[in-house]
Amino acid sequence: MMSMFFWAFVVGGIICTIGQMMFDVFKLTPGHTLSTLVVIGAILDGFGLYEPLIDFAGAGATIPITSFGNSLVHGALQEAEKHGIIGVLTGMFEVTSSGISAAIIFGFIGALLFKPKG
Amino acid sequence: MANEKRKNLTPVQQEYHLFEKERETKRPLFKNCVRAFLVGGLICVIGQAVSYFYMYFFDFTEQTVGNPTVATMVFISMILTGIGVYDRIAQFAGAGSAVPVTGFGNAVISAAIEHRTEGFVLGVGANMFKLAGSVILFGTFAAFVVALVKTILIQWGGLG
Repeated sequence: MMSMFFWAFVVGGIICTIGQMMFDVFKLTPGHTLSTLVVIGAILDGFGLYEPLIDFAGAGATIPITSFGNSLVHGALQEAEKHGIIGVLTGMFEVTSSGISAAIIFGFIGALLFKPKG
Repeated sequence: MANEKRKNLTPVQQEYHLFEKERETKRPLFKNCVRAFLVGGLICVIGQAVSYFYMYFFDFTEQTVGNPTVATMVFISMILTGIGVYDRIAQFAGAGSAVPVTGFGNAVISAAIEHRTEGFVLGVGANMFKLAGSVILFGTFAAFVVALVKTILIQWGGLG
């Protein structure tokens, strides 16, 4: 169990370092960086490489934004297995729903609770 | 990309470009990367702890535990954004706090809070995904292309 924490720390840290490199070396805005990382996550899952990373690093792979791309592809492929090509469209948000719905719900609650500062 | 852009500039503009480049503050790359690594890693460790919580007290498996973990992390990020702590962390950690899903949550929530003064429909509702929208768009489109190609290969190409 301790080793899982260690690998989560290392892998998550490395993904964030890659993001920082994209900020500083390639001078990308946070928006461009995050979009690129999501696309990378989607492509990695296309080759079946993201799932082993999750097995290996747990939250180190599921917490960075790359996992968003991964779970989008995952949902689409799961549904495609059942319903063929149309499943790609219908299954897209099957697995990812929690991240987006959490962001919407908590975002709205946050707007109700907190006032902007400054 | 930079060279292509510079072709269309007048000589004076090019000169200014060099002038600007010389004087631009050098970013402390190594220090930033270390900070991003430490904070990003730490957030993932917290995520791992949350995952174990869901695995032991609810019946989630290692494969499905990502969903509730992500939702919990977004919730934590809401609290930290609301009390103004997340901005401080972001200033220190750079990508270390932006790349984890908490950064995505922070982008949505801070936009929602910021535009509250414009009303709930036209302010909060319309601006919530101002920053995070690009992530959803490109993530969804990339996933669509990847999944489509893979499905076609599997069904008609006999792959897998």
